[in-house]
Amino acid sequence: MKPGRRQFLKLGLSASAALFPRIARGQPAARVVVVGGGFAGASCARALRQLDPRIGVTLVEANPTFTACPFSNAVIAGLRELSAQQFGYARVAADGIAVARATATAVDPAARSVTLADGARLPYDRLVLAPGIDIRWGALPGYDEAAAREMPHAWKAGDQTLLLRQQLEAMPDGGLVVISAPANPFRCPPGPYERASLVAHYLKTNKPRSKLIVLDAKDAFSKQRLFQAAWAELYPGLLEWVPLSKGGNVTSVEPATRTLVTDFARHRAAVANVIPPQKAGHIAEAAGVADKTGWCPIDPITFESAREPGIHVIGDAAIAGAMPKSAFAANAQAKVCAAAIAKLLAGVTPSVPKLINTCYSLVAPDYGISIAGVYAPAGGQLADVPGSGGVSPATAPRATRAAEAALAEAWFGTVTGEVFG
Amino acid sequence: MKALAVAIGLVSVAAAGAAAAEPPPGAAACSGCHPASSRVTSPVPRLAGMDRGAIARAMHDFRAGTRAGTVMDRIAKGFTDAEIDAIAAWFAAQR
Repeated sequence: MKPGRRQFLKLGLSASAALFPRIARGQPAARVVVVGGGFAGASCARALRQLDPRIGVTLVEANPTFTACPFSNAVIAGLRELSAQQFGYARVAADGIAVARATATAVDPAARSVTLADGARLPYDRLVLAPGIDIRWGALPGYDEAAAREMPHAWKAGDQTLLLRQQLEAMPDGGLVVISAPANPFRCPPGPYERASLVAHYLKTNKPRSKLIVLDAKDAFSKQRLFQAAWAELYPGLLEWVPLSKGGNVTSVEPATRTLVTDFARHRAAVANVIPPQKAGHIAEAAGVADKTGWCPIDPITFESAREPGIHVIGDAAIAGAMPKSAFAANAQAKVCAAAIAKLLAGVTPSVPKLINTCYSLVAPDYGISIAGVYAPAGGQLADVPGSGGVSPATAPRATRAAEAALAEAWFGTVTGEVFG
Repeated sequence: MKALAVAIGLVSVAAAGAAAAEPPPGAAACSGCHPASSRVTSPVPRLAGMDRGAIARAMHDFRAGTRAGTVMDRIAKGFTDAEIDAIAAWFAAQR
């Protein structure tokens, strides 16, 4: 080694020691705690380790396995098993991430620590909250946790998914199924309509004298024209969508009789799927990063909370402007957030990102449609890049719809493989 | 004072290194569909190590509508020439 180079390294060491005192003491460069092991959290934890292996990353997740929501509508319709939705954290841990199977109950932003249910405290330099959604119990009169055992929401995949499937399987032919969809915003904007489609497919195939009504708190929804054209083609007379303006808004439910009440009618269902109003997962509220809407305002470059410095919010819990609450979006946000955190920890200004979303919906097992978007920060929010994005063509041969159904499956394999495999 | 100047120089060298490794805007989202991990198999092509010109050409053709796509035609319209070039170069350099 040339003397000049040695001299440089020596100086470099002292400079590093001043700027990054922890490195000089042989400790990790920084500690990042990620709460929530879904498409956002698990992806962010892994991306952080990949960007800078010196960062000590702890992933806090209460469940031993993750149960994915995308494709869970196919489980409800009997087209897929729940096990195909479930993923463990072994590979995440193998990346050198400390996986803490625990519930985060509190955050002290001043002390920069997360408190777990057992009282343990995890200190952090940067905290990432990726808690997904919680149901807003009580927002719909009559709908509480007990009611969800009669009228499942199935909007967090797992037992609720299986309960709704079992109810459909137990229902005699000729029964009335009712799905209620909430006002915006909520997890997975096209989700209720994909679910309606696949439930209709199940009924058409197995119980053709049955009827499905969708009671909607909105007059418009994602991929609406594509869904409605497909419903007219595939499920005429079976599936009826009732928009807000035609009395679709459910004002209360009566679980004892599985009745959904609107301003105009009472619908007594054989099977009732109530997709209720939602909010960011509880820890967001506990950390003080949720605003009065129940969701979390963020900086569109770093996903850092607009309310609490040092805390980043990604995935469904965040108010991400034009980006929908989807698994694809959560995964894309996770990588941008990880890159921003790595730079912030190094004292470098994060780059202005560009993000993508793609969401597929199945209208039937071999009939897929999609929506895509490209997003960039504008006016303090994530906005659509003008001229980009949009939905599948309004008219297309069935081969195109079949190709999109296959691509939906391919996407699921890729995103779950990238995040958990 | 001299030491401080050297320290600042080092920080910018480190920053340049981080910037080189970091995917350009938009590139990180590609792996939502195009696998990055070698453990993932998909009919959607892997981009890492692909020819820079081929990636850029595909994006330009999708954007112009001269190549049929299912979602790439809609996504490519969100990227400028410079962004496409940066993404193509970055993926071409990946292993």
